[in-house]
Amino acid sequence: MDWPLVQVLGTKRDKKADVELATALYRDMILLRSFDERAINLQRQGRIGTFAPSLGQEASEIGSAHALRRSDWMVPSYRDHGALFVHGVPLENVLLFAMGRAASLSSAVKALPTAIPIATQLLHAVGVAIASRRLGQEDVALTYFGDGATSEGDFHEALNFAGVYKAPVIFFCQNNGWAISVPRAHQTASETLAQKALAYGVEGARVDGNDALAVHQVVSEAVARARAGEGPTLVEAVTYRMGPHTTSDDPSRYRPDDEYLDWKTHRDPLLKLGGFLLERGVASEALLNTWAEEARARVQAGVDAAEAVPMVRPRGMFEHVYDEMPSVLHEELQAIEEVTPDA
Amino acid sequence: MPEMNLIQAVTSTLDAMLASDERVVVLGEDVGKNGGVFRATDGLFDKYGGDRVMDTPLAESGIIGTSIGMAIGGLRPIAEIQFMGFLYPGLDQLISHAGRMAARSSGQVRVPLVVRVPFGGGIRAPEQHADSAEAYLVHTPGLKVVVPSTPYDAKGLLYAALQDPDPVVFMEPIRLYRMGRQEVPPDAYVVPIGSARVAREGTDVTVVTWGNMVALAEKTAEALKGEVSVEILDLRSLFPLDREAIWRSVNKTGRALVLQEAPLTAGLAGEISALIQDGAFWSLQAPVARVAGPDVPYPPYAWEDMYLPTPERLQAAIRRTLED
Repeated sequence: MDWPLVQVLGTKRDKKADVELATALYRDMILLRSFDERAINLQRQGRIGTFAPSLGQEASEIGSAHALRRSDWMVPSYRDHGALFVHGVPLENVLLFAMGRAASLSSAVKALPTAIPIATQLLHAVGVAIASRRLGQEDVALTYFGDGATSEGDFHEALNFAGVYKAPVIFFCQNNGWAISVPRAHQTASETLAQKALAYGVEGARVDGNDALAVHQVVSEAVARARAGEGPTLVEAVTYRMGPHTTSDDPSRYRPDDEYLDWKTHRDPLLKLGGFLLERGVASEALLNTWAEEARARVQAGVDAAEAVPMVRPRGMFEHVYDEMPSVLHEELQAIEEVTPDA
Repeated sequence: MPEMNLIQAVTSTLDAMLASDERVVVLGEDVGKNGGVFRATDGLFDKYGGDRVMDTPLAESGIIGTSIGMAIGGLRPIAEIQFMGFLYPGLDQLISHAGRMAARSSGQVRVPLVVRVPFGGGIRAPEQHADSAEAYLVHTPGLKVVVPSTPYDAKGLLYAALQDPDPVVFMEPIRLYRMGRQEVPPDAYVVPIGSARVAREGTDVTVVTWGNMVALAEKTAEALKGEVSVEILDLRSLFPLDREAIWRSVNKTGRALVLQEAPLTAGLAGEISALIQDGAFWSLQAPVARVAGPDVPYPPYAWEDMYLPTPERLQAAIRRTLED
């Protein structure tokens, strides 16, 4: 079985592309890139902690998230800031997560807290998807993970469960080439990641992860199938992590420069979609710059909002662990409060 | 009032829960058509169908991880893991997610999940089928852990677990499943999580224990009758612990022995011993004693009777606390 790479930009299919959608995707992608650049600076200044950048993966993040309704479930991993923005999580909440506060969530948004252990969240996506269908809702679940996650047992268990129960879930794998320092070829002997769908009896698709319109199209089709009760899909978005794994990582230790330069020069998702908008006369260079300026202003507002949030208090570490605080936690909290100024 | 054994209390309670709340889903390996390897879900599949009593693929992380999602999504999953020795693939989901979801989401996401897990030895089961792994769970913040030793408590604690907004591991003592019968009220009732039970009143020494070991303690206390007056505290909840009940009893008797089936080192008995120093130190007339399984893997069953605490070991340990 063949797993062709679906592309739209630069093919004859882009003649029929929806320019309004392309504009919306581009503007969210430039927001994500601005956020990324700013967050790395903030980390270098010591204003936030370790940060996982999205550089190079903007088309995958934004194109996929735009395929959801707000009533659908988003089940993210730790590099999915862009998808969370699209789904409605405010920028400052993502920054607060990087500042060591609670997970990037908003009570108004149907997303689970960012999962840190690899592939564990895929099972939660299957569970919320089963619940949705059982409760008579037509909402689907979209979960995010990387190429390294396909080596974990929970990846296997989640696809297997989803296949057996025909759960309305989309497994969105961003194959960015690297799991920290280990290249994709060392994760699996499979030629593609999409082909793993076959073993679980679910749909699979492979898409150019740097082509926002292609990602949007492929994920939208998967969402439609899930909503119609036709079961789960594994989507492999072939993209590239143009930055480090996190701000604690130095990719020059393991990654060939020519590989990185090739992606950066020829396949940058923003250049690809921006070029399309220019070519179609939807935007001028000046307009693209204006959008970038507006994005930076939004990021600044997010930084201001995050930094205005008061310092944490001891109680915040205790009060949500259990719905009702057990007496032993009460005593532990009191002991810490007694020695904490302004507790 | 109907009389039933512990496993019948579990089955009839699950039945009532499925009947009264559409959100309740029972899932696990062989829980459907087969009614579970111990028959705890016997008849429920025929009554409620495969959508409510779900036979799952054979994968414990999958069962618990999917149940976490189902709970977040608005269902009330009651998952079964066949034996505690098979829980380990699911520990990552319990430790990394079920236990910390509420804390790391600032209370925005709660996981009202019940995991039922038969545990303990004494039934000549194959290897890996007899573990008592409660220490891992009690050491995991965000989880609650309960263990009934009577049919009455099985029903009341199962209702408490289902109604709890937080994840609860419901440990079922295999050896006691069919050991004794008791009257169990037909209507729903709750045994509050965090409350211990004085299983036997006494004045000389307190035996603090839970699960299968409650029966052993009762047998031993009966054998010592006339010589030593033994009070038995059946904890019922391993987290949160009923510290007041422990302190009340030990302050009364002045002597304490903690009895567990699990290996000694870093087991729950150590934690309880430390708690006794916290709240009953000035009443103690002897060092707090521990009787536990040895620090060896639960053995193949030819050694089982040597591994498990026996009435003889318990009697000797109780007498030692009285010598001081």
